[in-house]
Amino acid sequence: MQWGSASEFFAMGGYGLYVWTSFLATALCMVWEVLALWRRRAAARAEQRAAMLGGTDETAA
Amino acid sequence: MIWSKYSAPQAFYPLAGRLIPWFAAVAIILMVVGLYMGFFVAPTDFQQGESYRIIFVHVPAAWMSMFLYVVMAIWAGVGMGLNARLSFMMAQAIAPTGAMFTFLALLTGAMWGKPTWGAWWVWDARLTSELILLFQYAGVMLLRTSIDDLRRADRSSAVFALVGVVNVPIIYYSVQWWNTLHQGASVSMATGSKMAATMLMAMLIMTIAFWMYSIAVILARVRCVMVERESLPTWDDKPAVIHEAVEAR
Repeated sequence: MQWGSASEFFAMGGYGLYVWTSFLATALCMVWEVLALWRRRAAARAEQRAAMLGGTDETAA
Repeated sequence: MIWSKYSAPQAFYPLAGRLIPWFAAVAIILMVVGLYMGFFVAPTDFQQGESYRIIFVHVPAAWMSMFLYVVMAIWAGVGMGLNARLSFMMAQAIAPTGAMFTFLALLTGAMWGKPTWGAWWVWDARLTSELILLFQYAGVMLLRTSIDDLRRADRSSAVFALVGVVNVPIIYYSVQWWNTLHQGASVSMATGSKMAATMLMAMLIMTIAFWMYSIAVILARVRCVMVERESLPTWDDKPAVIHEAVEAR
């Protein structure tokens, strides 16, 4: 372990801005991708459901 | 087990659904371990100080950007050769994740370049060829969305992806072929590793974590693509929609 304190850890030897921007950007991209896929899945399923239920309405009438 | 069975979308869809949680879980565990090793076990670099720790996202992202492009092109090629829908759908599902990792490789590279070289960006061979890779991913995706006919969209983007594969070895060997500002390979199949063992270990763990993440995300996306393109609800592992439809009837 090379960190004496939490502030030393976050300072990253003066490179904190660069190091934390890199890791934060990577984390945000991954979280965003997962959330976007979640929404896409919900939308695809909703559309599928609407198509099926809509189709039965027509045949029922 | 008969693997060819899973080349049918109907069989692949539920299989992919069952695999996603496992790949996601392994990815999360490896990321936690890799980050711990990267920040608390790996020593400070004697030349670059703490800024080198960007390597733990930069190199895995850059490797994935190239690797995913090759895998995408292979699926595109298989799709062309066998005229297989699922192969084209796999290629379609890989592109966005590959583009994301290319973007991250460039962004984290800029974050590393500024303190190390004094510049966010330089037009050297490694950086330029990686930027071209980002445009190639964009091209593959734009070509697909700009063509309405699915079969033509599949084939056009497949051809584009296949032609672009030549750029991957160019990126990989750019640091040897040209005089670049970008440092040479720290890990090489020919010469082994020039890094401290714990640094290397953290980097490899993060790479496998990104790999597992990619598989989970790509399987989730290919499931979306299947529903969007073929809308066969019987593929679903939870056939609630069918029951609802039957009741409505």
